[in-house]
Amino acid sequence: MTQVSDQARLEAGPRSTVAEPSAGRTSGAGLAAERVRWSVAGRLILDDVDVTAPPGAVTGLLGPNGTGKSTLLRLVAGVQRPDGGRVSLAGTASPDPVGAPGPSGAAREDLLAMPRRRRARTVAFVEQDAATELPVTVLDAVLLGRTPHRSLLAGPSEDDHTIARAALERVGALGLADREVTTLSGGERQRVHMARALAQAPRVLLLDEPTNHLDVAAQLATMRLVRELAREGVTVLAALHDLSLAAATCDHAVVLAPGASGHVVAAGPVEQVLVPEVIDPVYGVRTTVLRHPRTGRPVLTFEER
Amino acid sequence: MTDAPTASARTTRPSTSGAAGTLSRGRLLVWLGGTTAALLASVVVTVAIGPAGLTPSDVAHVVATRLGLGDLLGIGAPDTLADGIVWQLRMPRVLTAAAVGAGLAVCGVVMQSLTRNPLADPYLLGLSSGASFGAACVLVLGWTAVLPVAAFVGSTAALVTTLALASASGRGAGGLSPARTVLAGLAVSQLAAAATSFVIFWSAKGDQYREILSWLLGSVAGATWTSVAVTAGAVLVLGTLLASTGSVLDAFTFGDTSAAALGVPVARVRWGLLLVVALLTGALVSQSGAIGFVGLILPHAVRLLVGARHRALLPLSMLCGATFLMWADTLARTVFAPRELPVGIVTAAIGAPVFALLLWKGRARS
Ligand SMILES: Nc1ncnc2c1ncn2[C@@H]1O[C@H](COP(=O)(O)OP(=O)(O)O)[C@@H](O)[C@H]1O
Ligand SMILES: [Mg+2]
Repeated sequence: MTQVSDQARLEAGPRSTVAEPSAGRTSGAGLAAERVRWSVAGRLILDDVDVTAPPGAVTGLLGPNGTGKSTLLRLVAGVQRPDGGRVSLAGTASPDPVGAPGPSGAAREDLLAMPRRRRARTVAFVEQDAATELPVTVLDAVLLGRTPHRSLLAGPSEDDHTIARAALERVGALGLADREVTTLSGGERQRVHMARALAQAPRVLLLDEPTNHLDVAAQLATMRLVRELAREGVTVLAALHDLSLAAATCDHAVVLAPGASGHVVAAGPVEQVLVPEVIDPVYGVRTTVLRHPRTGRPVLTFEER
Repeated sequence: MTDAPTASARTTRPSTSGAAGTLSRGRLLVWLGGTTAALLASVVVTVAIGPAGLTPSDVAHVVATRLGLGDLLGIGAPDTLADGIVWQLRMPRVLTAAAVGAGLAVCGVVMQSLTRNPLADPYLLGLSSGASFGAACVLVLGWTAVLPVAAFVGSTAALVTTLALASASGRGAGGLSPARTVLAGLAVSQLAAAATSFVIFWSAKGDQYREILSWLLGSVAGATWTSVAVTAGAVLVLGTLLASTGSVLDAFTFGDTSAAALGVPVARVRWGLLLVVALLTGALVSQSGAIGFVGLILPHAVRLLVGARHRALLPLSMLCGATFLMWADTLARTVFAPRELPVGIVTAAIGAPVFALLLWKGRARS
């Protein structure tokens, strides 16, 4: 098991320009889940898991099916409460200067203790396969993202409409605004969910297998959007099961191991984490890492053992 | 009507700030104004309909005088017979029908949303079966005076049993989920229905059977001003509360997880709204019996007209439900006059084919 050092964890990804000074034991910036534990029906699903996601970068949450990736995202999003542990966020990416962190990381905000609505203005979560049978239009679905920003007694304002349309434009789905969500293809629906998360104007974006059911072009378009958002300062944590896609698009990676309880076997920049020594025992495969001739990024191929 | 925008769906609209928002808000106001006007007109017209040969203006005359506007408008005292028919007989009945219709429709919307089940209605959690059981028990005993209380207690007991069953079966596995709630309600309904049948079979004598049956089908024939006070009071307080939860219910569009991620306290909202629905339904059922199909059909019909956003759906369903039940009850007392039908037969006779039609249209649309 390779435990990548804290320093490696903080190193800048190949395309991002994060230059945080090391802030002691845990990472000083971005999102940090520390010693998170969750069990259900007597089964320990997450056992003291530590996951960090630096700001302005895309962190891939990897691991075989059933290792607790979705569970971890739900805990960070505040949808479920962990049995123990801490989830916190440093205020670096905020345009608000009040939250600027000192070197000691004193300005970390506890996401679990935060009031729900404020947390929903801070963290957006795109779950896997969220669906509805109701005849809602795409625009109305995206406007839901404004819910934590307005009074629950008031309807969406003109500003909310402007923001929702801008979000739709950003994901290239403005033309779908008046369509009903139930009539969309899988790829179109995924874009609408991304737009809804954007309308939330979050500092942290959690994505659960955002490229599932998408064709190659749509996968790349999704990941390009995610990278752009990260460059603008959003902290992105995305559960992915496609290791090659993660290698091509993520700055950092966290690998959860299979077994009765999920725990982290490796974390750090993708070049250091997506290596045969980490992947082979976790997935039970033989991995070869090549270099992409143009991008210089790792390309993974797999064989059975 | 809802199909109109699809033609322009593919063309990119210039993003002039919130044009669609203002437009739909204006449209909503038009809908609200129109349905309110229809409701008020229906009160006057349905009260006039019947054997005494009254006209809507006779009704308006009585109402204006009773409201103390007689001197202001410079009109004389109305005919005492007309006053008696309008104010003592028909008005309480029509207003009770309106309140029950409004309450059932808004409860139906909330239940369909909370359980994410298009077949849900206010009775889903065993409320009507529980109320029927309570009512049947006191009717065979001849204690008609406590009928509303027994019905209310029966519905509350059924609800408590349902929720206890649902959360016990969900302990450690996600708690009170929509599917579990629906199944528990089904079990409790069946049990209460069996108990009701047993009570009737074992001890009903003579005319009691017809009395119980009419109660089971639902009727507002015996409505008094007390019924108006109970049902309209419940609708004004609890119904208005439910109608104001549009944004919260909208947040459930993509399910519980997505609602929670939008900052909605899912469990608290679900328990709270179920409780309000139960209290309101219990109050309505205690006065009218279990009138079927209103809480199931009205939400679907209104959704077809104005879309699924709850901020429009909730108040419009209330207004349309009120008008619908007033007219259904008018049919119930006039089609076979002088014999009366329980209004539940009329709502079922209208509701079942309409529901089939909605299903058919829904299939054609998607
Ligand atoms: N509400 C729940 N009830 C029972 N088991 C659950 C629940 N949520 C997650 N699990 C279990 O936790 C494990 C991790 O699930 P999940 O987080 O979905 O994994 P992943 O997303 O990595 O595939 C699985 O074994 C799953 O069955
Ligand atoms: Mg998953």
